[in-house]
Amino acid sequence: MAGLATSFGSGAMTNSIKEIPHSKVILVIGSNTTEAHPVIGSKIKQAVRNGCRLIVADPRKIELTGLAEVWLRLRPGTDITLINGLMHIILKRGWEDRSFIAERTVGFENLKELLREYTPDFVSRVTGVPEEQLYQAAEIYAASDCAQIFYTLGITEHTSGTDNVMSLANLAMLTGNVGKENSGVNPLRGQNNVQGACDMGALPNFYPGYQKVSDPKAQKKFEKAWGVSLNPNQGYMIPDMFAAALQGKLKAMYIMGEDPVLTDANANHVRQGLKALDFLVVQDIFLTETAKLADVVLPGASFAEKAGTFTNTERRVQMVNKAIDPLGKSKADWRIICDLAGIMGYHFIYKSTAEIMKEIASLTPQYCGITHERLGIRGMQWPVLGEDHYGTQFLHKDRFTRGKGLFMPVEARTPDELPDKDYPFLLSTGRKLEHYNITTRHSKVLEGHSSEELAELNPLDAEKLNISDGERVKVSSRRGELETRVKLTDRVPPGMIFMTFHYKESPVNVLTNAACDKVAGTYEYKVCAVQVSKLE
Amino acid sequence: MQWIQLKIDDRKIRVPEKTTILEACRMNNISVPTLCHDPELTNWGACRLCVVEIEGMRNLITSCTMEVQPGMVVKTSTPKVKEARKTILELIVANHDIDCLTCEKMGECELSKYAYEYGVKKDVFLGAKRKYELDDSNPFIIRDLNKCILCGKCVRACAEIQVNNVLDYSKRGFETQVGPAFNLPYGESECVFCGSCLAVCPVGALTEKQMTAKGRPWEYKKVQTTCPFCGTGCNFDLNIRDNKVVGITSNPNSPVNGRALCVKGRFGVDYIHSPNRLTKPLIKKKGEFVEAEWYEALKLVAEKFKTLKDQYGPDSLGALSSARCTNEENYLLQKFMRTVIGTNNIDHCART
Ligand code: SF4
Ligand code: SF4
Ligand code: SF4
Ligand code: FES
Repeated sequence: MAGLATSFGSGAMTNSIKEIPHSKVILVIGSNTTEAHPVIGSKIKQAVRNGCRLIVADPRKIELTGLAEVWLRLRPGTDITLINGLMHIILKRGWEDRSFIAERTVGFENLKELLREYTPDFVSRVTGVPEEQLYQAAEIYAASDCAQIFYTLGITEHTSGTDNVMSLANLAMLTGNVGKENSGVNPLRGQNNVQGACDMGALPNFYPGYQKVSDPKAQKKFEKAWGVSLNPNQGYMIPDMFAAALQGKLKAMYIMGEDPVLTDANANHVRQGLKALDFLVVQDIFLTETAKLADVVLPGASFAEKAGTFTNTERRVQMVNKAIDPLGKSKADWRIICDLAGIMGYHFIYKSTAEIMKEIASLTPQYCGITHERLGIRGMQWPVLGEDHYGTQFLHKDRFTRGKGLFMPVEARTPDELPDKDYPFLLSTGRKLEHYNITTRHSKVLEGHSSEELAELNPLDAEKLNISDGERVKVSSRRGELETRVKLTDRVPPGMIFMTFHYKESPVNVLTNAACDKVAGTYEYKVCAVQVSKLE
Repeated sequence: MQWIQLKIDDRKIRVPEKTTILEACRMNNISVPTLCHDPELTNWGACRLCVVEIEGMRNLITSCTMEVQPGMVVKTSTPKVKEARKTILELIVANHDIDCLTCEKMGECELSKYAYEYGVKKDVFLGAKRKYELDDSNPFIIRDLNKCILCGKCVRACAEIQVNNVLDYSKRGFETQVGPAFNLPYGESECVFCGSCLAVCPVGALTEKQMTAKGRPWEYKKVQTTCPFCGTGCNFDLNIRDNKVVGITSNPNSPVNGRALCVKGRFGVDYIHSPNRLTKPLIKKKGEFVEAEWYEALKLVAEKFKTLKDQYGPDSLGALSSARCTNEENYLLQKFMRTVIGTNNIDHCART
């Protein structure tokens, strides 16, 4: 998110899902779309069926690589080098969009300077992608009058995640592929309401609507609206919270609907952090691994038991409607927060979530024209500028949110931890189709269908280690170890092992690296070094 | 855009060029029965139920495949048309396992709807009936080929919506079948269980396993909502009976996805009623969780928060909000932390 916000002034997906089937060129980088965002994945496949040219950059052989005109099988963690290399070729061949650069952007000269070193020969050596493929991809992307980029975890879950995203923004601006239909830079947000949680200011440095905590004007605005004086200090990001807990600076936590023990990188560290707290409250619908550590557990309600809104990856705010009553004595999360505030002497009095949305709309410029009533059955894409505005299909038309688009030259950096003699494999993590983080494991049917981790290992490596298909193996890193079954497949290149993070029996995050992106606070889930060995 | 004028059932009608006769009829509330047509799929003209008479053409024409022409004169309910449709239905019914009493599709079945409308009773044509085994190879979809009317909608849904191309016709004549290549059961094919085929099947040949014998379509209350899993934001209808979510069905009005869904959204919401759901507040006493009343639990939280805040300052407290909770809840939690506690220590697990 932070990367795009710097380049364009807004961190959200620029375009709309409905545009996908009509795209002419799509570049998918670090997104196993057909498994992580299946319906978007299908739309990309529909586009290809309609004649769209597809470029896929991914170390793994995924479904989309089979449909791609060019598959750039780059080495994990070399995304920036690759993108810089493509831009180098585009400039060398004169394929850049000069009028777009002149009219809509600033900082081009700095970028040009940086790109000089990224010759095809150099880039090919670093990324492992043959030179012809670099030329091919650059030409397909640059020659089209519209081209879309899609990316997900692959690109942001690196220590250099923010940089990766800025390089993609550079590529789009260089060729004028942003600010129009079927042309843009589209982060696919993972969880259903990540976009909304950010929009709502569940962030240590932003109030709702990305209004900065450090901006005294914003502080005044919210002080006036909320009738209290506010703390001007930026808060802790997630990784810092656990560290602060271990240092005794953070004493209590209130965790709503998250299971960081299972989902955060370096789970052991998280667990220790939580254990160090004086008091932990977890509000969830299941007794999660995190909830087990709590002093008090508050039973929230599932999405079917409450009304409200989710904001999807294309900025569409949509209704969640109440279908049944909360089970047992569980309660809608918003009611729990209101009750707690009440006991603590503050008046959070709302008759319904529609009333909360009214307050949100009055304080959040992007949501200004949104009411539950107006959302109806179709939802609306922010920014919705007023009661007579119907929302925005694509961003940055004629003008970037920040004014001019900013070229931010980004130098390639190596991942924080790379394979070495002791830990010779590169571990990469992601999702699989049947599961969504943790919740789906409580679905009897999905669990029955896909109940166990199957780590992917290349047959060549397996042969060397004398491991056979389906065998249980030990995987260890500098931080921890686990056992898992393996599936031998050429989906992963030699030297790489791929695991998902859905299974608490093989909790991959005991292995991963908590080194984190300095700006966005996202962990390095994608790349870390491990050892794979036969069980005794 | 060019507009075209024509006559349907003695009414003068104007529609945009490239409109099919069927679409022109439906835009003007003239009913034409269809079994293999679907507005989201290409037209194959497989069932022939949509036939109409066109002046100057000797044969009946399938209205779903022919585009309107200027000056065309169309008749949709002449005796000849009605007779033809009735015969088509009789032929289908003759080779259909009539099992309406326990069929999951009862009440929403297109075949029974038209059989009723055209007065088609069972077994007008006597002859061999198919006897296939039920495909029960997976936890999601039950396939009963004895009820398949070979409309091919599932084949197109798989190819055009999901773009997975798992399904096709195989064999010929009486033995014609629709299904995965080599007649593999779904569970052994390349199927990804998006359920698009299930969503378009007009009869009881493809039904949802989880919803079997849980209720009749008219007994469900349907509530449109947004999927709780990934950021795509698909919509669907929760099907409710006795305060229980029995399953979900596609809602064609869904702005992002239409009727398309993935295996999680379509089949995974049974977690709502998982026996592992928490239904009472818990307080840990001597290392064990003990059930508590709301007031007791919240009071304890309030007191603890207050004591710690007074002793160590507001920045000694922090919260994690949730990308799974609603906007309204995220808004409230950050407001709670910023106003009641007085800290900006709020974040969520932003796995992008
Ligand atoms: S469930 Fe989806 S993938 Fe499987 S056969 Fe049906 S349409 Fe094709
Ligand atoms: S299974 Fe259903 S959709 Fe497919 S051909 Fe048979 S009747 Fe038509
Ligand atoms: S149905 Fe599948 S693709 Fe659609 S939002 Fe749910 S999880 Fe995502
Ligand atoms: S609906 Fe026209 S041929 Fe089936």
